[in-house]
Amino acid sequence: MIRNPRTLFFIIIALTIIVLCVNLPQVTTLSIHSKIPLVNKKVDIQKTVGFNPYFFLKPLGANASFGFKKGLDLEGGTSITFKADMKNIPQDRRDDALVAAKSVIETRINLFGVAEPVVQTAVSTNDYRIIVDLPGVTDVNKAVNLIGTTAQLSFWEQAASASAEALSQTASPSAYPKGIVQTIGEVAKPTDLTGNDLQQTSVVFDPNTGKPQVQLNFTSDGAKKFADITKRNINKIVAIVLDNQVVEAPRVSQAILTGNAVITGNFTPESARTLATELNAGALPVPLSILEQHVIGPTLGSESLQKTLFAGILGFIIIIVFMCVLYGRLGIIASVALCIYTLLTLAIFKVSTLTPYGITLTLSGIAGFILSIGMAVDANILIFERTKEELRRGRTKPIAIELGFSRAWESIRDSNIATLITSTILYMFGTGLVKGFALVLAIGVLISMFSAIIVTRTFVRLIYGGDSLKREVRHS
Amino acid sequence: MNIIGKKYWYFAISLFVLVPGLIALFLFGLNRSIDFSGGSRITLTFKSRIFKETTKTIQKELTKEQVKDVSLQASGNTVIVRSSPITEAQHATLLQDLHKDFGAFREDAFETIGPIIGSETTINALKAIVVASILIILYIAWSFRKVPRPASSVRFGVCAILALVHDVLVVVGIFAILGHFFRIEVDSLFVTALLTVIGFSVHDTIVVFDRIRENLRRMGGMPFDQVVNASILQTLDRSLNTSLTVLLVLLAMLLFGGESIRWFIIALLIGIVSGTYSSIFNASPLLVLWHELSLKRKKNI
Repeated sequence: MIRNPRTLFFIIIALTIIVLCVNLPQVTTLSIHSKIPLVNKKVDIQKTVGFNPYFFLKPLGANASFGFKKGLDLEGGTSITFKADMKNIPQDRRDDALVAAKSVIETRINLFGVAEPVVQTAVSTNDYRIIVDLPGVTDVNKAVNLIGTTAQLSFWEQAASASAEALSQTASPSAYPKGIVQTIGEVAKPTDLTGNDLQQTSVVFDPNTGKPQVQLNFTSDGAKKFADITKRNINKIVAIVLDNQVVEAPRVSQAILTGNAVITGNFTPESARTLATELNAGALPVPLSILEQHVIGPTLGSESLQKTLFAGILGFIIIIVFMCVLYGRLGIIASVALCIYTLLTLAIFKVSTLTPYGITLTLSGIAGFILSIGMAVDANILIFERTKEELRRGRTKPIAIELGFSRAWESIRDSNIATLITSTILYMFGTGLVKGFALVLAIGVLISMFSAIIVTRTFVRLIYGGDSLKREVRHS
Repeated sequence: MNIIGKKYWYFAISLFVLVPGLIALFLFGLNRSIDFSGGSRITLTFKSRIFKETTKTIQKELTKEQVKDVSLQASGNTVIVRSSPITEAQHATLLQDLHKDFGAFREDAFETIGPIIGSETTINALKAIVVASILIILYIAWSFRKVPRPASSVRFGVCAILALVHDVLVVVGIFAILGHFFRIEVDSLFVTALLTVIGFSVHDTIVVFDRIRENLRRMGGMPFDQVVNASILQTLDRSLNTSLTVLLVLLAMLLFGGESIRWFIIALLIGIVSGTYSSIFNASPLLVLWHELSLKRKKNI
């Protein structure tokens, strides 16, 4: 370990500068619109003010803008927990099915253009869940329709009546999708053309009526299959089935070789777009049901946020005053260490958003962070009280300080480990909201141990060094 | 100052605070939010204050949709509707009807939690508290394993846990009373507060136990209760100051902070005050009590 306080000091200063850069606000644009009198000319100045603190990162190729990742309760949005109905999937294929469902959902959400969605899966003994967080989306209905529909497309035709081969291929009539019997007849069978054969689905508008329609473009294989189906069903009805319901049952007038089909139906532009998106993303391998859903409007969170941040800053100031009053010069050092601690922790939150393990800040998470500021001084107090005691016992200042740090370390370690244990438990057992709090608390505790021990000690040693510093320099 | 000598007084104070809470807990239980019981919750903010007619109209619309178990809570311009789970269709119709009745208003939040998730959250919460407590006893027992006689590491662990249980019960008891008389709800954030309090209570207790351990090494000859008393007095400053910083921050958040985490902060405040109290006036005196009882048992053999 680096023993020389001077080296440590410079490392800490360097770290602080980096951290400051991460935390600084970005470039701001100053704009002035006014009229110059007499000349009566309009002045329109737009100057970019401030500096880009990330310029030193450019050579590294990073074009990062550091911001906090806000939780749903601060930003507003929808969170839905789905349960995947695995009853038709064999046990060993279930994990795969869940992963497949997750990627289909992600594709659908991306196609629909939701910013920064979060889709997670959770498995616990035969309970397969998908948790979807959609920041900024407040129309639950739309979200559920988009995500929850299985969107399984199939094409059905009339089966050649009563031949043994046909019957074995046919699903039993009870498994017929709704509307088959009315459209096709008593005996129907599914063809081998399904949603998997779709190349592209898009929304078109009927040139005559202006109504929205969904156009299906098949892949080359699909086009072949479609051509075969239409060829053998000329003048008969072919049913287009979506999710076990007949949506279209046209009579085939001629063989279609172009590989295109159109579903007319009763679409609104919105529902047509939804269906096209679902078909493009692919069918969900399993049906989903809703276990819980939350829709939070953004105003609720942002008011609380302002107030809580204000309270946090107030608390910060109170602590600094408190420390300086109680411990004098040592208190000032501790306050500086506290500032570094705050900046460092905030920077970690910001930087983490670049990694896949981004830390989401919820309101309770921010409360947890403020709490950890209060606890960060704890360690310093333990050290200083211990130091005072050693001074009372007659030791010299430098030695009292060293003893203060080393003797207090055991207490600090033990008590912070207790908090870390509870944070871990919270993280394991909690839902998203609680997880955020636990993570923030744990990081706060770890960084506060670092700041109290290493940062404070370095500053204190540097200032009060005296004997201990001389001894170390002689050794090195 | 003789703290150990007056330990029975301090136990009495603890009981005085605990018993009403425990009675309330047994009689009324906790007022569980939908996080635990399942159900729906809609938060609506209107342009003007809520009056009785407003809530009556809302109630009427809900009954029209055949929504069950409805309870309304109004404060200022906001009304919170709780009920058994409602479907999206019911929700949409409800909003339409309310817009017809009241014109413009804002829906701040709409949450539905199915019963499965509800009971799951409850079980997880209880599991979390139990597991955390056990892990902490084990950690303390391990960390204090080299403590000299007459104290054994197990005793340290158990007394710390008793202090911890005391704190949890104080908070839970008070919220049982608040839940019954003021309709304050207990949600998963409350459980978070409890677990934080657990971590913090132990934090405090360890500060004192640490000193006791050190003094036992140094003042081995003196009677146990005197060693413990001296330790408490020596660490009084430390304990109070460390708790004070956290309490000051929490107070700032309580007075100036946001509405939605208000009860979370209150739970933390109560818990940490109780934690500090129990570390000084419960945990260590319990150690001494145990010691005295084991001495009596040895004498009687």
